[in-house]
Amino acid sequence: MKGDYMSKSALAGVQVLEFGQLISAPYCCKLMGDLGAEVIKVELPPSGDEARRYGPFPGDVPHPEKSGLFLYLNTNKRSVTLNPEHSAGAKIFLDLVRKADILVENWPVGFMAALKLDYQRLKEINPRLILTSITPFGHAGPYSKWKAYALNISHGAGVAKGIGSPGREPLAPPGQQAHFFGALNAAAATMVALWEREISGEGQYLDISEADCWAMLFNGVWYSKYLYAHEEVTRLGHRSNLPVYPWAVLRCKDGFISATAAEEAQWQRLIELMGNPEWAQDPRFEKGVKRSQHADEVDERLESWFASQTKAEIFQACREKNVPFSPVQDIGEVVECPHLQERDYFVKIQHPKAGEVTCPGPPYKLSETPWELRRRAPLLGEHNEEIYCGLLGYPPRDVVRWGKEGIL
Amino acid sequence: MSGANSDLSKNLDSRENKMPLEGLRVIDFGWVWAGPITGQLLGDMGAEVVKVESRKRPDFLRLFPPFAEGKPDPDGALFFHSLNRNKLSVTLDLTQPKAAELVKRLVKISDVVIENFSPKALRNLGLDYPTLSQVKPDLIMASLSAGGQTGPLKDIMTYGPSLGALAGLDSLIGYPGERVLGWPMAYTDPASGTLAVFAILAALYYRKKTGKGQYIDLAQWEATTALLPEFILDYTLNGRVAGTQGNRHPHMAPHGCFRCKGQDAWVSIAIQTEEEWGDFCKALGNPPWSQGERFFSRKSRLQYREELNGKIEDWTIRRTPEEVVKLLQEAGIAAFPSYGIGDILKDPHFEARGVKVVVDHPKMEGEILYGLPWKFSRTPGGIRRRAPLLGEHNKYVFCELLGMGEDEVSRLVEEKVLY
Repeated sequence: MKGDYMSKSALAGVQVLEFGQLISAPYCCKLMGDLGAEVIKVELPPSGDEARRYGPFPGDVPHPEKSGLFLYLNTNKRSVTLNPEHSAGAKIFLDLVRKADILVENWPVGFMAALKLDYQRLKEINPRLILTSITPFGHAGPYSKWKAYALNISHGAGVAKGIGSPGREPLAPPGQQAHFFGALNAAAATMVALWEREISGEGQYLDISEADCWAMLFNGVWYSKYLYAHEEVTRLGHRSNLPVYPWAVLRCKDGFISATAAEEAQWQRLIELMGNPEWAQDPRFEKGVKRSQHADEVDERLESWFASQTKAEIFQACREKNVPFSPVQDIGEVVECPHLQERDYFVKIQHPKAGEVTCPGPPYKLSETPWELRRRAPLLGEHNEEIYCGLLGYPPRDVVRWGKEGIL
Repeated sequence: MSGANSDLSKNLDSRENKMPLEGLRVIDFGWVWAGPITGQLLGDMGAEVVKVESRKRPDFLRLFPPFAEGKPDPDGALFFHSLNRNKLSVTLDLTQPKAAELVKRLVKISDVVIENFSPKALRNLGLDYPTLSQVKPDLIMASLSAGGQTGPLKDIMTYGPSLGALAGLDSLIGYPGERVLGWPMAYTDPASGTLAVFAILAALYYRKKTGKGQYIDLAQWEATTALLPEFILDYTLNGRVAGTQGNRHPHMAPHGCFRCKGQDAWVSIAIQTEEEWGDFCKALGNPPWSQGERFFSRKSRLQYREELNGKIEDWTIRRTPEEVVKLLQEAGIAAFPSYGIGDILKDPHFEARGVKVVVDHPKMEGEILYGLPWKFSRTPGGIRRRAPLLGEHNKYVFCELLGMGEDEVSRLVEEKVLY
């Protein structure tokens, strides 16, 4: 393999089957596709992935081929339509599984088993298969069959309890973040299993619970604070409850500054930057812990200094003084940001229905096998012929018939 | 193929009960959270992870409370324990040329290097990728800096929240129509660390096929902005700048968090389909308000969502979150309490999923840490080691792995190279 491996893609030759919808399974498979894996996306007829109806749509006009979320999450994939509930459809699905290294699904617990497509059965026809399931609560445990959307997962795994104002409702992180975090975890775990398979030759089943990912990899670091310092996560509005300060979002002339300083030296540099005001000598502001106990007074002083300055001015001055404060950039400022532009972060995709679409590109730069946009997001069932006749070798007349019968 | 790999291939027969990444060696210069979580995830899956620190500049979290015995102690910092299990610790004062040489010898027998310093730090120490890849040509090195290795803001210094602010994340967090509150915890770190594990393993896979290593420039900022596509695309397609989102969803109503009976007690409820809405109303006993025109269709429910939320809260406030959840889940409705850490730790489901593991640490017997979130059917990872004491494994790493004599090691300790 070594000598003739000409590809410049990290995952060239890896066959991935995606059977799911919306965010978690699609983002997981996008990460693999963007590094060169061959991803076949199986969509249920007649309307396909629910993300096709999510938007945002150009000009706010809904169209199944123009949903921004779908166009972003499904680059570097080919789309086939298939209904595995139909027995002929299930047989075709198994043929796809035979050719796959990895299958990623995010259906509710019980769905795959009802289709007789659970791991025990799939393993028999392809022992090398890695099956990654992504669900809210996992496939085992008392709540495995409970229903939950991203909102419920974030609240349920203790993430929301630390966001929002005292006494008011906790806030889930924006944009169905539980599914994105679950996708990152599923992708990393799947790669671990692929690496292991290179050595053992055997596949396996991965049960990824989005609630587990939040509860452990995001919130696990706070367990000790609860157990041994007897402090629960709390909502302090624009502030955190860390024993350091400032650690807050504060107002300035044209918006907000994320004012974080964990080290005393950073605070000292900030005080110098502010022209060594007299109040800074007050014992109330002496150490991070004390400042956190007098957070209102700290806010008042910083905000009155910020009030006459813009985000850009404060950011510039802080950078020169090595004070780790940042502007709260809105989404427009992020897209227009010169730093990201110089790094060629945003990419333009040409799409036959949606036109030109600008979206985030590489989340990392690999020196030898760059992130690559080989294909725009597919139209629904765009690759039926290519996959069914080409890859699986079915006679075209069968494919036409299955189309008419609603199997494809 | 690297030395570590060929050793592994020889052991094919004895892979029963082996962890998936056994045989890989990782040098972890990680600092605070993003780097250390990357190393820890690889360690949890079986890699041998050597954490490089110095008494002169230990990992910041070794100085961060809470501490096992109540007083500051670099070996008793509990936050540190939760990001550095399954690692060995060596102490090297990297500002000394001899220490840099030892790092190169270590890299030579390793597969992966992880770091999350600002881009100039390792360059100034003569330990950047161009140098290390000369020592070990098939090295995979991942740098998780705030803004990446290039670009006008490459040297910015940030913490998780201030990085989330740059990435656009914070601008979305707050109650709808009100000021930005931001996310006071660091999401950028675990998100970037998990993504780094993916990229590192993809690079290892490529190395296995081609023998080639590579460098991964992972800007935590970019990794985070990549998780906000629907907002980014609403700007690039429609010029719309999203504001604070609260618990809202663009297409779902109800979709919120409602006050319940009890101290800081809340329940989240989300409804997507008309069928779910019907079942929800039925579970509440079809109260007259639920049958009104305003809530009849999804479109109308979205329009009157604040009024709808008020009606729902009138109902939830007389019940505990557990009562609401039981009733609604039985009706097939997505509902779950808004948990704190204490709730997670006593919940039977999370217990069954193994969120808690008990580890004995010299500073704390029976310390509770979080478990492994990824469930592998055949080769699960595991916790083989508690977090290391500072410099605990100097002897093992320098004498056994690098084959140095004990005299030589003692001399380096005296010279404060191993410090």
